[in-house]
Amino acid sequence: MIGIGEHVKSTLPPEPEKATLEGKNKFLAFWFFLGGETVLFGSLFAVFLALRSQTLSGPGAEDLFRLPVVFLATIILLTSSMTSVLAIMAMHRNDLRMMQIWFLVTVVLGLAFLGLEVYEFAEYLNEGLGYTTSAFASAFYTLVGFHGAHVLFGVLWISTLLLKSKQKGINVVTAPKYFVASLYWHFVDVVWVFIFTVVYLMGKVG
Amino acid sequence: MSHSLSINKRTGIWDWLTTVDHKKIGIMYLAAAGLFFVIGGIEAFLMRLQLMYPNNDLFVGSTFNQLMTMHGTTMIFFVAMPAIFGFMNAVVPLQIGARDVAFPFLNSLGFWLFFLGGILLNVSWFAGGAPEGGWTAYAPLSSSSLYTGTGLDYYVLGLQISGAGSLMGGINFLVTIINMRAPGMTFMRMPLFTWTSFVISALILFAFPPLTVGLFLMFFDRLFDANFFDPTGGGNVVIWEHLFWIFGHPEVYILVLPAFGIFSEVIPTFSKKRLFGYHSMVFATVLIGFLGFMVWVHHMFTVGLGPLANSIFAVATMAIAVPTGIKIFNWLFTLWGGQIRFTTANIFALGFIPSFVMGGVTGVMLAMAPADFQFQDSYFVVAHFHYVILGGTVFGLFAGLYYWWPKIFGRMLNETLGKWHFWLFFIGFHITFFPQHLLGVWGMPRRVFTYLPNQGLDTGNFISTVGAFFMGAAVIVFLFNVIWTTKRGERAVNDPWDGRSLEWSISSPAPEYNFAQIPQIRGLDAYWVEKMAGNKEMKPSEPLGEIHMPSPSILPLIMSLGLFISSFGFIYHNYYIAGAGLLITFACMFIRSIKDDHGYHIKPDEMSERDRGITA
Repeated sequence: MIGIGEHVKSTLPPEPEKATLEGKNKFLAFWFFLGGETVLFGSLFAVFLALRSQTLSGPGAEDLFRLPVVFLATIILLTSSMTSVLAIMAMHRNDLRMMQIWFLVTVVLGLAFLGLEVYEFAEYLNEGLGYTTSAFASAFYTLVGFHGAHVLFGVLWISTLLLKSKQKGINVVTAPKYFVASLYWHFVDVVWVFIFTVVYLMGKVG
Repeated sequence: MSHSLSINKRTGIWDWLTTVDHKKIGIMYLAAAGLFFVIGGIEAFLMRLQLMYPNNDLFVGSTFNQLMTMHGTTMIFFVAMPAIFGFMNAVVPLQIGARDVAFPFLNSLGFWLFFLGGILLNVSWFAGGAPEGGWTAYAPLSSSSLYTGTGLDYYVLGLQISGAGSLMGGINFLVTIINMRAPGMTFMRMPLFTWTSFVISALILFAFPPLTVGLFLMFFDRLFDANFFDPTGGGNVVIWEHLFWIFGHPEVYILVLPAFGIFSEVIPTFSKKRLFGYHSMVFATVLIGFLGFMVWVHHMFTVGLGPLANSIFAVATMAIAVPTGIKIFNWLFTLWGGQIRFTTANIFALGFIPSFVMGGVTGVMLAMAPADFQFQDSYFVVAHFHYVILGGTVFGLFAGLYYWWPKIFGRMLNETLGKWHFWLFFIGFHITFFPQHLLGVWGMPRRVFTYLPNQGLDTGNFISTVGAFFMGAAVIVFLFNVIWTTKRGERAVNDPWDGRSLEWSISSPAPEYNFAQIPQIRGLDAYWVEKMAGNKEMKPSEPLGEIHMPSPSILPLIMSLGLFISSFGFIYHNYYIAGAGLLITFACMFIRSIKDDHGYHIKPDEMSERDRGITA
């Protein structure tokens, strides 16, 4: 078994993220963590669905949502999921340079998504949907905001990994870290697909 | 191997603050749970004093509500949960033949989050009053600042912080049990305590996120005037009840399943027989875990969800009695024909069986939705849940303490004092809680601070309080036992009980690396198998070599302190302090992320002779 701190520079095992016990542990734990996160978002979705028609006298989904902007945000986030896959594929080829580039693209796309979300929230605020306006408003901002916070956390996380990636390289110690960060990023994207469907599409037509 | 130098041994308090050794963390969990147990117990005792006589005015109104809320919250979240985590830390890696848990750093972080969460909650006593919304904190009483002061903010944030710690612990043990079992330790050879730990870790993973969400929503309602639970803003208070009980019902199985696991270790050991129906025990454990998620609405029969919902959840609730019954009979069949030794650990297990069965029977009574309309919010409910949580979990924790104390601390607890402890506690428990069934049926509501004289409630309440004196005396005997045996107690040998599972094959207390060589497992009750084959110790599965150990770290404590500080910022609406606290936590995460930690190695010549297999 390869211990912590040993660097395999020349060749990587086929699945470097699962080559050591530490890696296997991290890999498995992260799937469990995502299981917990699924329940967390599931609960938030349930709360949103229960309260989505409680707009009182404030604006509701049909008055507010601008699908083109949301659609653009969706495309950006889904693309970033693909670039994070490309980063992991580069990692498997032991190509540090390309991995860094694809992760960087992922981070930039993530930031673009966050920018659009801030713009979107500011627009809604202008149109009279404050956080305290109605139960719908509270539920909407909380669900979408929780997701936004997750995106922000992912951006910070991947950036931190990139910061030291040149020095540490790709080996059986760092590979699990890159791998779970990309798993997290996929998860955040998948949640967004549900938000797009349940909050925006159902808000417009449901 | 570039990092084979041993690091300097840390000593004293600094060692405890930085340790990532699961056995030390287990001791810290147990000690903290003990501290909170005394606090929660005093709160209970004060409530019983108030209810001893009708029209008493010792602790009335708000003070009583605070005592009640803090007693419930403390006992569930800061006594039972951490005590279980304490045992899991102390025992599970030893039982599966692992050197450590999967994530030692995370383990330490989980402990500090729980501990500071508990401290935070208790600070509320000195900061304008404790929470007074009950441990269930039903909205809108709890979600609006109209009704409550800062006490509920302490509740929300204290539980949020410690809940994060529990979630980490749950994931840690899931991974530890799946990935780190010794060669030959298949799932169907795992001791029952490890099995129950595994199942409750999964329950924690899926039950705590709804509580997290509920607490966040309540937090936003209180702090930012959100409208989740405010009907005038379109909110809905039943959402809180759903979220709370989707967490809250699995929680009671999180509390009681490990106790079942402890009994399944104690009863076979002291009957000198293998556990009857091992496979059905595992099946029943998993089934109880699964059904635990299907029944939360039985806490909400009177909310008005309709007869269909009530019927489904009533039937699901009653179904849990089946796997639980399987367990009870398996324990009885294990005892049947065994060479029973009446040690303190075993009499706690034996006392548990009738007590818990009574709690289970009243549970089925409450599960009948129409009957529940009568029982609801009466003292009958109070009697029921104390019968299952005390008669189940607390008896289990005491049995576990007497059973594993030698392995954890290297000293034996005094058996004579232990028997005094048991009988005082057992008798006191029944004197306290049995009359409460009758009080409930006779019409005494729960959560009240007084009652009128001559309405048939005087005698029952008086007797109930007398029982509390017995239980208080029992705890004092136990604490005396702990202190006295720590100084004068008999030193424990490796295998004081003629045990069956792996933890008894190593020295007491276990060395920091647990196993000098990872053992080869050849059957259920691994150590017993070897003993019956005439071997004195386990067969190693690997040659003697260097052992890699994780480095100690102060970061988990600082990280938790960051959240602790931040909580005060949120409670008193000072967002600079709130932000600063969060910044400390994130800075620690950043440091942890960029700094490499290679740990250190223990060389064979640093291990004790016995552990290296050199027997004199």
